[in-house]
Amino acid sequence: MTETSRGLPERPLSPHLQVWRWHITMACSILHRASLFALYVGVLLLAGWALALASGPDHYACYTGVIGSPLGKLVLFGITVAVFYNVAYIVRQTFWDLGKGFEPKTANLTGVVVIAFAIVAAVVTWIIAAATGAI
Amino acid sequence: MVQLSLPKNSRVQSGKHWPAPAGAKNVRSFKIYRYDPETGMNPRWDTYDVDVDACGPMVLDALLYIKNTIDPTLAFRRSCREGVCGSCAMNIGGRNTLACTHGHGEVPGKGVTISPLPHVPVVKDLIPDLTLFYAQYASIEPWLHTTTPEPQKEWRQAPEDREKLDGLYECILCACCSTSCPSYWWNGEKYLGPAALLHAYRWLIDSRDEATGERLDDLEDPFKLYRCHTIMNCAQVCPKGLNPAKAIASIKKMLVERVV
Repeated sequence: MTETSRGLPERPLSPHLQVWRWHITMACSILHRASLFALYVGVLLLAGWALALASGPDHYACYTGVIGSPLGKLVLFGITVAVFYNVAYIVRQTFWDLGKGFEPKTANLTGVVVIAFAIVAAVVTWIIAAATGAI
Repeated sequence: MVQLSLPKNSRVQSGKHWPAPAGAKNVRSFKIYRYDPETGMNPRWDTYDVDVDACGPMVLDALLYIKNTIDPTLAFRRSCREGVCGSCAMNIGGRNTLACTHGHGEVPGKGVTISPLPHVPVVKDLIPDLTLFYAQYASIEPWLHTTTPEPQKEWRQAPEDREKLDGLYECILCACCSTSCPSYWWNGEKYLGPAALLHAYRWLIDSRDEATGERLDDLEDPFKLYRCHTIMNCAQVCPKGLNPAKAIASIKKMLVERVV
């Protein structure tokens, strides 16, 4: 164990994430980070789609086969949720930039609204897509 | 730097169990973080079964009861027992608060878990080393800066200007907010943290202060101010009901407004 100049052991770091009871606002913040990561994945998938399209019918069929599989659809649905989550979170941030919505009660409420909006909007989008035969 | 797990010397091991005295009816167990620098051992969780009928309603009452009647080696800071001094700030039931103003009946769940303020070096048991926290507070120069000659009596302030300090001057520097902030956990060396920034804003909007520009210059830094990502833990836990997140947003607004 490393020791300090006084011969005492180095002070331990107190527990943080290990003990913390999460707030909804804290969960929203980390979900925002996660959704940004999902958007990066989404952009890569989009680039892959363009690449496959340019590489000819065989490659394109292969790409649509993978993305159209149940697992591919799950990933796409996740990205849809991430897109709507981002939109709603940025609206919430815009109010914060104006100095509004900082009361813990308000922030908890808007956090729940953002999560609910993302899920509902993604489901509605997929229902519309299914109804129009896009998926 | 983001490090989600605790360093090796900080992992908390299981410790002793102190059963309640025979005949105790209303028993609640208190799981308390213990660390003794003399032993060189890792911290541990000790569990004390407390007869809550025998002690007062606050978490501090329970801690004093444990220290007085069960285990005199338990170390923690306390002074005023009425939420004014900020000494007994600690993590209770997963949230930072003052042990003296928080009832143990308010803590959800079966037992009550008590650990020091999160992500700071531990001196002993529930006593955190807040050297960095105080240095950051000092760095915002929390006193009146003036260039005009000092008036004969006092620096006068209109009631409506005085009102702007409400919700800011009440801060007791207990460090509940700063040590609740994940951004401060990961970037505590560079990010000033909610408490210091709330105080920075308290001097920025003081109508008598004449160093607003210099103060803003000092805060315009990628880390000092802008590591606030509105996670809001600070406002959620402040035992005085203050809102550091809002104060930080107000500073950001001042920085934008002085450019446009």
